[in-house]
Amino acid sequence: MNPDTIKNIVAGLTIAIGGIAPALAISRFATEAMRSLGRNPEAAGSIATNLILALAFAEAIAIYALVIALAIKFV
Amino acid sequence: MSVLRKPGFWLAAAVLAALAFNFFHPFDIQAPHITLAAEEVLRIGGLRVTNTLLASWLAMAVLIVVALLSTRNMQAVPHGLQNLVEAVLEALAKICEPTLGSRTPLVFPTIATLFLFIVVCNWMEILPGFASIVVTKAAEHGQALERVPLLRSAATDLNTTVALALSAVLMSQVYGTLVAGFPRYLTRFVNIRRFVAFFDGLRGRGPKESVSTLALGLLDLFVGLMELFDEFTKILSFSFRLFGNVFAGEVLLSVMVFLFPFVASLPFLGLELFVGAVQAFVFAVLATAFIAQATTTHHHAPAQVRQPVCPTPATPLTERS
Repeated sequence: MNPDTIKNIVAGLTIAIGGIAPALAISRFATEAMRSLGRNPEAAGSIATNLILALAFAEAIAIYALVIALAIKFV
Repeated sequence: MSVLRKPGFWLAAAVLAALAFNFFHPFDIQAPHITLAAEEVLRIGGLRVTNTLLASWLAMAVLIVVALLSTRNMQAVPHGLQNLVEAVLEALAKICEPTLGSRTPLVFPTIATLFLFIVVCNWMEILPGFASIVVTKAAEHGQALERVPLLRSAATDLNTTVALALSAVLMSQVYGTLVAGFPRYLTRFVNIRRFVAFFDGLRGRGPKESVSTLALGLLDLFVGLMELFDEFTKILSFSFRLFGNVFAGEVLLSVMVFLFPFVASLPFLGLELFVGAVQAFVFAVLATAFIAQATTTHHHAPAQVRQPVCPTPATPLTERS
């Protein structure tokens, strides 16, 4: 394999593996948010804000993987 | 024959034809030119002006012009542009209010500036002219002529997002110092109150403290260190989150335009509008949360003590998955 092929494979694997954990985390956040929304629909506003905040933290991990993958691919 | 009279049929046929045209068009479309680093488009004195810097200047100009136009002839009952700007700012203030409480008037300008700048930068990305207007750079050292896009979305440059993250984190320190006062804000990072109490007790200058106070003092020092470390992590995550999302969006758009040049790539423009607004919102909400955290010291109760929306049930909810 030439270095470019290895680069492409590694970049793909980086984001593929790095996306697993954030996906699981986001699904748990969303599940819990929906559940609490069902219990207490009046708190929709604060649930939404806090959910987006929590999602941003989980998503940050995926973004780190994405940045590394882009760096491998393009730098 | 009746199906030919229906406008829906012809609309669907036109869309399908446009989609099919993606595969049978006669044009030669070049593969997208994707670079991670921003490229220099012109040089003013010693300052290298990159395409992302130019785009961020454009965003600033848009914001300044809108601000001047909307405040030129202010009325108590707003209409037109003033109404629009007020609606946006009020919606934003409503989001900040529950977290910041009484500190909203102090902090809100920073939050609103960050939000508006990022959202304008992100939305300008899909304007025609971005990445399509190309300047040709003079060849240097025998290299081939380089074609560089004149404008490129500002947040696709890590320099822009690091600058935004640095200003957000620095402003949270400034607000923490303003609200709590310098010495007390410093105890967030260097908390030696328990240490001082313990050694005062040893030297007979105060009440004798147990050894657990010393252990807790050490723990306080460690917690302060973690807080300090956390500030640097914030800069990293702030900047990488914005950069990663916007750059990935740009790559997505250029790859989609390359693969499906006609019609089929349009929905992704809508997706980018959504992602740009959400990222600006996330940046603003996170900055709000961090500033609220910095301006709430441990010594007095947080300002966001609110009545629970719904009274807690007498019997605990036991069903849990």
